[in-house]
Amino acid sequence: MAEAFRSILFVDGRAAAEDAEAPDILRDLNLDQIIEGITAGREEYTLKPFFHAPLIELDAILYRQEVMEDLEDGRIRSPVQEFAAAMHRMREELVRAGKLYYKFQKHWWFVDAVELYGRAVEALAQALCGIEVASRGLKGLRGYLAEYTATDAFKALGEQARELKERLAAVQYSLIIRDDSLSVRAYDEEADYSVAVEETFRKFAQGEGKDYRIQFREPVELNHVEAAGLDFVARLNPELFASLEQFAVEKTGFLDATIQRFDREAQFYLSYLDYVRGLEQAGLPFSMPQLAVAEKRIAVSDGFDLALAKKLAGAGGQVVCNDFRLDGGERIIIVSGPNNGGKTTFARMFGQMHYLARLGCKVPGRDALLLLTDAIFTHFEREEKVENLRSKFEEDLLRVRGILQRASGRSIVVMNESFSSTSLKDAVFIGKQVMRRIIEKDVICLFVTFVEELARLSDTTVSMVSTIVPGDPASRTYKIIRRAADGRAYAIAVAEKYRLTYGQLRERIGA
Amino acid sequence: MKAFLMYPERDFDRAAELPASAQELIRDLGLNSVFAAMAANDKFLREVVEKAVLGSLAAPADILYRQAVLRDCLAHEAVVRGIYALAVEVIDSERKNFWGGLTRHPGYVLHRSVEVLQMFVGHLRHLRKIAEESEGHFESAGFRRFFAMLIEELSDAYFEEIEQHLRQLRFRGGVLISASLGMGNRGRDYVLRKPNPGDRGWLGRLFSRGGPVYTYRLHPRDEAGGRMLAELRDRGINLVANALARSTDHILSFFTLLRAELAFYVGCLNLHAVLGDKGQKVTFPRPAASGERRFSCRGLYDAGLQLSMSGKVVGNDIAAHEKEIVVITGANQGGKSTFLRSVGLGYLMMQCGMFVAADEFEAAVASGLFTHFKREEDATMKSGKLDEELVRMDAIAEHIRPGAAVLFNESFAATNEREGSEIARQIVNALLDVGTEVFFVTHMYDFANGMREGRAERALFLRAQRSEDGTRSFRMIEAEPLETSFGEDLYRKIFAEEETPGETEERPMARESGTPVSAA
Repeated sequence: MAEAFRSILFVDGRAAAEDAEAPDILRDLNLDQIIEGITAGREEYTLKPFFHAPLIELDAILYRQEVMEDLEDGRIRSPVQEFAAAMHRMREELVRAGKLYYKFQKHWWFVDAVELYGRAVEALAQALCGIEVASRGLKGLRGYLAEYTATDAFKALGEQARELKERLAAVQYSLIIRDDSLSVRAYDEEADYSVAVEETFRKFAQGEGKDYRIQFREPVELNHVEAAGLDFVARLNPELFASLEQFAVEKTGFLDATIQRFDREAQFYLSYLDYVRGLEQAGLPFSMPQLAVAEKRIAVSDGFDLALAKKLAGAGGQVVCNDFRLDGGERIIIVSGPNNGGKTTFARMFGQMHYLARLGCKVPGRDALLLLTDAIFTHFEREEKVENLRSKFEEDLLRVRGILQRASGRSIVVMNESFSSTSLKDAVFIGKQVMRRIIEKDVICLFVTFVEELARLSDTTVSMVSTIVPGDPASRTYKIIRRAADGRAYAIAVAEKYRLTYGQLRERIGA
Repeated sequence: MKAFLMYPERDFDRAAELPASAQELIRDLGLNSVFAAMAANDKFLREVVEKAVLGSLAAPADILYRQAVLRDCLAHEAVVRGIYALAVEVIDSERKNFWGGLTRHPGYVLHRSVEVLQMFVGHLRHLRKIAEESEGHFESAGFRRFFAMLIEELSDAYFEEIEQHLRQLRFRGGVLISASLGMGNRGRDYVLRKPNPGDRGWLGRLFSRGGPVYTYRLHPRDEAGGRMLAELRDRGINLVANALARSTDHILSFFTLLRAELAFYVGCLNLHAVLGDKGQKVTFPRPAASGERRFSCRGLYDAGLQLSMSGKVVGNDIAAHEKEIVVITGANQGGKSTFLRSVGLGYLMMQCGMFVAADEFEAAVASGLFTHFKREEDATMKSGKLDEELVRMDAIAEHIRPGAAVLFNESFAATNEREGSEIARQIVNALLDVGTEVFFVTHMYDFANGMREGRAERALFLRAQRSEDGTRSFRMIEAEPLETSFGEDLYRKIFAEEETPGETEERPMARESGTPVSAA
């Protein structure tokens, strides 16, 4: 088992596609915000390609689900996080060592990095030995680490690094600075002169004018005069600096490739779990989705838009959860109802869940049963571009045609207020034409539209509506429920809310 | 010393805040392409023209002041670009050649100030020479005052005075410091040490002790090393360095301001040249007092669009004096948005003192220009689409004052037509009744028709032209709103190959419409 372990992210151990570009649905579904949030601060790992590449095979998804479930246990996650933090510092130091010019500086940072690496790997190996893991992925890793840390080479590496650092820290020396020269010799325990010198400078600091006192910076890199001094210190301690150099030359290839890969790939899980943890603590449900392969069934309780929830959590807002399902022959959800009632959010949630499920992640909602899709398509209204000379409407139609050509019976299509840039008459006409094609193709579809007639086109179609607070039409519940469209929108009430009715507006502007 | 080329008696304020509507204007009117043409890849020009174009002038007199300066610029382009280049050169030399890495080092400040001042003297003399040569040839009040000031202020005595401020200080002796090795083998725990007592001078004693002493001697030209060693000695020269640095700063700020004020006009020259290359004309507009119902144009075209097109963009002729609202309806892709943008650009270009992209243009100065264009789904998810539109309208209502101009592009269509029309009516009627000039592109027949009935003589109706065979001229004609739209055409065109013959009725297809380029 141990020798088989290669990747914590891919069951077949294959290398990830690094060039995976963001699918264009991400923006419509606000998955781009989610992925941005998940990967923020972890740029060094280049995680986006993982999040941009949904999996196809069920077993590949299950492999990830197992690992993610293991890592939800804090006793398993903590040591992995600590390992990651140490590896991060180690890498920074190696980069630093690489960039530095003077060899004795390079060597110091190299030794320090090696020491960090040794400790990090040992700590992770030990932690995993003392704990129960269920996933194929982490079992594989555990076996691999046990073997690796038992090798003589690994053990010697850490011991040598520690000893070198201790000896360097014990070195002391004296500098003699004159107008045009720098001398170095052994330290001879002379008296501290700084008090008298400070007096001298205090006198200069008095008086009027701009304060030009120098703030001493402490750059990592020595300037050439300091470097000359360090060379002299090395000459005063020849044996120690020879050992340092030898270590740096001999141990350059100390990093293990599989461990490096694990370090990066583990961030896929850690980043996602970190992202959702606050929401879970606030009581929002997440579940590892069951994926329907053979039949077309979908059912989720208390689902929510992850991007919106994250945003609201930051602002202390309340997240409203919604249920949805498609049973039997049902294929299409038509969402209509009052504006600002959460329809777009609902559409995003639907698309997000199916996407996240294919990444192997748990999804925002309870008891999720989702379709294992071959593709997810979105058609959200796009902003008019000045440079684009085709009308928005024509572009809408072209995009929808493209989607309909590519969608299969295992795809889902999410449309949001498509064709709303034209008259009601046109919107009804086009809406019906497009729905007819969707029904023929047997595609799973969610369509947010004010053309509520569309819900009555076929018995495979389900109507859901956004709801209002009874007696207060300007308030919204953000609940989307299965119910026939009632044909009442509440636009004027909303205008009142913004003080934009005729009377309100005149009063505001005055004159 | 003030340039005063942007205002009769005021500096151009680069730090001034943009109007609240600025970001909307940039986005909705496609201003970035105009800014880009004005800036011609120069970041500084870009910054200035954005501020100047968006920071509309309110008084026709201020507009005319800039128009006069700009006319001089067009008539003496080489001289003006020469002065601008001079200012740029001074500022660049000051930055690049004289500020090294150790700018906070007093010894360096002193040394540098002398060199900068010598450089300044040469350029200021050059500038005075240009002023003497140009004085009689420029006609605008702005340039005449500017040249007169240069001749008066820039005397030789001024520079000689500055040169008297040079000082140098020396520090003698050496220092003894102990240290140990820290992170990265960098020295740490520096402690200045008092040499142990002895009969001889301390330095001599140091080198007479046992144990090796290694010495690094600075190369005479090793300035960086010298600075490090000299660090402790230099504090005494702070005041002199400071005073001298301030006088260089003073001269530098004059050039900086001159550059900023000329930058606007250089931007105008750039745009003028690009539009001219494309065979388009521009005109100096006639600004009318705020509050008058004046709007008319001939051949008004979208300068932003023209910049991205090789052919000539179609212009429009509108006579809307005494009208308070212009409602634009008609075919999708018929040039409505383009027309609306050309109107917005007309206002902005006029009110920054520039020419306007038209054969003729006259309008009352607007107290503020606002755009309300239909937007993509709100990426911040704070609200639904209609709410998002109303939030933006609310923001406009917060800032708008009587006498403003507002451009609506398919606003309030996020709900169905009946309700969208009602909201639009509430808002537009209120705006019109407080003296706002409104331009409204809409598909909402209900709203458009309502304006026709309610506003009669005070409303002008335009329609994107569309001939029988479906082709579009991109010209606005005066015509009342129609009840139909043209979406069905497009649908049949795009899905045509998928329709089985006979399934749909045969109709003439809209011809591939391409780009709004006139036949000429």
